[in-house]
Amino acid sequence: MRPEYLFYLLVFPGLLFTGTLGLVVGWVDRKVSARFQFRVGPPFLQNFNDFFKLLGKETMITKEAVASLFISAPFVAFATVVLVSAMVGTAMFFGLSFGGDIIVVMYLLMLYSVMVILGGASTGNVYSSIGAGREIKLLLADELAFILVLLVPIVKSGYTLSLDGIIAAQSGGVFIGSLSGLLAFIIGLLCIQAKMTLPPFHIPEAETEVVEGPFMEYSGPPLAFWKLSHLMMWVTFPFLLILLFWGGFRLSGLGILWALLKYLLIVVLMIIIKNTNPRVRIDTALNFFWKYAAPLGLIALILAIFGV
Amino acid sequence: MGWYNKRLAKSIWVFHISASPCNNCDIEILDLLTPRYDIERFGIKLVGSVRHADVLLVSGIINQKVGPIVKKVYDQAPKPCFVVGVGSCPASGCCFKDSYNKSKNIKDIIPIDLYIPGCPPKPENMIEGVVKLVEVLNA
Repeated sequence: MRPEYLFYLLVFPGLLFTGTLGLVVGWVDRKVSARFQFRVGPPFLQNFNDFFKLLGKETMITKEAVASLFISAPFVAFATVVLVSAMVGTAMFFGLSFGGDIIVVMYLLMLYSVMVILGGASTGNVYSSIGAGREIKLLLADELAFILVLLVPIVKSGYTLSLDGIIAAQSGGVFIGSLSGLLAFIIGLLCIQAKMTLPPFHIPEAETEVVEGPFMEYSGPPLAFWKLSHLMMWVTFPFLLILLFWGGFRLSGLGILWALLKYLLIVVLMIIIKNTNPRVRIDTALNFFWKYAAPLGLIALILAIFGV
Repeated sequence: MGWYNKRLAKSIWVFHISASPCNNCDIEILDLLTPRYDIERFGIKLVGSVRHADVLLVSGIINQKVGPIVKKVYDQAPKPCFVVGVGSCPASGCCFKDSYNKSKNIKDIIPIDLYIPGCPPKPENMIEGVVKLVEVLNA
């Protein structure tokens, strides 16, 4: 292993960069949401304060909890998100990748959900268990559509599985410009909403029903890392979408402004979807993903195979 | 712990315990989250689980039936954790002071750090109380 890999993982596209940007984007989310409701919203450093405050609180473990799983789940989930963001970031900024990037990304993103399920189920709390069960159902709902969406850029770039190859294939024209790419991008955006459990798909952590669901019993540093990894996804998922459909970033001259605009557009779209939709029921979510999103994803895939 | 207390003062997550209230204070507490007062601009957030709480808002006289449960909830909250008594009830019992089921000694059940008197206190009054708590933390 070369020493710069450690730098990639811990500093630039990985932990430090994604963490900081995630906390900032978390503020953008809260501020824009507040403006939607004609409120003022929290100050800029709010999420940093929240994170450092949680680091200093007491960690409580219930008597019924499986302590090892309870404590390790948030950290494994955090490591997963760091790894995904480092992979997406190195492919985007340094052009580094290996043969099977997308498969690894797919598995790691699923591993995060699995960790949420394990963490929620290990607390011994009824609401957490219900939340974990709902997370399983949501994972079942969105996974098929998400995989179909990921297949579209693979097909369009001439069956390459590396993220670097997908960016290279888009040098002639970005995938979002074609019909199949646009369709897959829209479905991908909705799948991301479900993967991040944002409204309208915040079924597992529905505050009014199951009180934060899997995260209910967490306190102190483990909760801080759950929150941080959730906020880091505000960076990872839009970056992944930009990489797969929008030709990645070109960090020179006007390219920086263009990159910022692309990223902010996706984030603001997600915030608008989040703020204008009420929570759907679990059967409605399953219905939506299996009856509408997945067939549309399949159509996009078939269109991509025919080169439309 | 000056640096840490400053972080804590800027990010207070509140858990609301209704300990046999008349519901009047609870309605006023919800007013704090509305666009008119918007307590989130101070980083204050209402959370649903006591494990996430930094401040417990107790409203109502803590009667004999709910007293042990309030004690249990306080023990479940991760420390450092502060308790704010909203309304005249936790402070003095208000118009229920002669009630047959009033707890004898509230101090044994839950150590209240800050009282916000009023029946019910106005939202401005509660914000002032929170500012006092923040001042104590920053000192």
